Amino acid sequence: MEEFFSQTIASKYNYWCYIVLMMIGLYAMVGKRNMIKKIVGMNIFQTAIILFYVSLGVKRDATLPILEHHGHEGGDAGGHAAAQGAHDTLHAVPGATPDAVPDAVSGAAHATGPEALDHAAGAADAAHHVAINAADYINPLPHVLMLTAIVVSVATLGVALALALRVHRRYGTLDETEILESLRQ
Amino acid sequence: MKILAIALCLLLGGALVFVVGDFPDWGDPMSPPNDYRLSKHFIENTMEETSVPNIVTAVLADYRGFDTMFETAVIFTAALACFFLLRTWGRRPSKPDNVYMHLLTGVHVRLKHGKTLSPQSRTFARVESEILRYDLVTSTVCRLMIPFIQLFALYVVAHGHHSPGGGFQGGVILGASFLLLAISHDLRTLRERFPEVKLMYLLIAGIVLYSGVGFACMIYGGNFLEYEALGPLMGVTPVMAHSLGILFVEIGVAMTVMATMILIYNYISSLGTYERGL
Repeated sequence: MEEFFSQTIASKYNYWCYIVLMMIGLYAMVGKRNMIKKIVGMNIFQTAIILFYVSLGVKRDATLPILEHHGHEGGDAGGHAAAQGAHDTLHAVPGATPDAVPDAVSGAAHATGPEALDHAAGAADAAHHVAINAADYINPLPHVLMLTAIVVSVATLGVALALALRVHRRYGTLDETEILESLRQ
Repeated sequence: MKILAIALCLLLGGALVFVVGDFPDWGDPMSPPNDYRLSKHFIENTMEETSVPNIVTAVLADYRGFDTMFETAVIFTAALACFFLLRTWGRRPSKPDNVYMHLLTGVHVRLKHGKTLSPQSRTFARVESEILRYDLVTSTVCRLMIPFIQLFALYVVAHGHHSPGGGFQGGVILGASFLLLAISHDLRTLRERFPEVKLMYLLIAGIVLYSGVGFACMIYGGNFLEYEALGPLMGVTPVMAHSLGILFVEIGVAMTVMATMILIYNYISSLGTYERGL
């Protein structure tokens, strides 16, 4: 019994929350007769889906998916910034192959064309590549999907309320059974 | 009907509970969605491919840029749907009566034949109708807060690559600041500062900016929304061009989202007449 509790409920409580919320939303959509209550139910249902997606992306001991950075990517990539980037590489990667780093520095020193800039910037990014570990950052993909879903759900809520307003203007009620009755007449 | 709905919910809920055991544990870094190579690729390579530290923004506007463009189109369509569902044009009198409220006593004065008082008047404030209550505390506090909310919204849009934020979030905050104006004062105040036509232009300009960036990439020899092609035009490296392209696209998203929020509120609160709010 204790094993069942720890394996099915304690470590998976996020799914229980989303199932309960989803069923509340479904009941409101199917069982309620008032259209505004149906719309509220639709929103609760959408929120349950959002909770489900976001809880899938959680990793233990991980931080939010915004990488640490040191300014030189933020500014415009002029020759100075690129040279500084290559300089950073020199300090940041002690384990890097020794012949690659002087290459980047000399490339930046003679930086005239875009190729040299590319080269230096690439070397600077290689330093980041070494540092980033996927287990340290939570999964960004569910967040991206839900970010748009939230705004779209607000937009669909607006359209649903507008439709309800039109129905009320036409039939004088928002009750489903009364509308169906007046449709039959 | 109610019993049927409860039975349906119990049935579907039971089916979902039945499969809970197969879902990954909470916070498991090795679960299938977290261990999949796509999300690993985003985390490990976003910086060198796009030079954007905020991975969510990079995925949203770059890797999945096409998807986000049509999400914006959905929002645009929602605003248009509200317009066509609700907008009505009644016959307006050419010289409508103006209602003013004496701030100290709360007495309403109705001026006929379109006569107006000075907008700078400190004793009379123009209100939409006699039933509206003009609250000095609410309107003053909101007038002080709204500029800061808008400044924060612009920061969220412009700094969305480096900190939490982006076009959707900033657009919603910007729209909410205008809704606060409409709620704390009245719809007429918002209408005078931000006419419906301007909102419509903003709504269209946002999505045109987004797709325009995509077509500009095609003109400069890349694929649709392949920001690297814009590098020579903006004078930056191809990797930095991703970052700048994302910024332009996010500005477009913010414009459309903001206009949609305000338009939907205005149409619903004024029942489509766009004359008088809640």
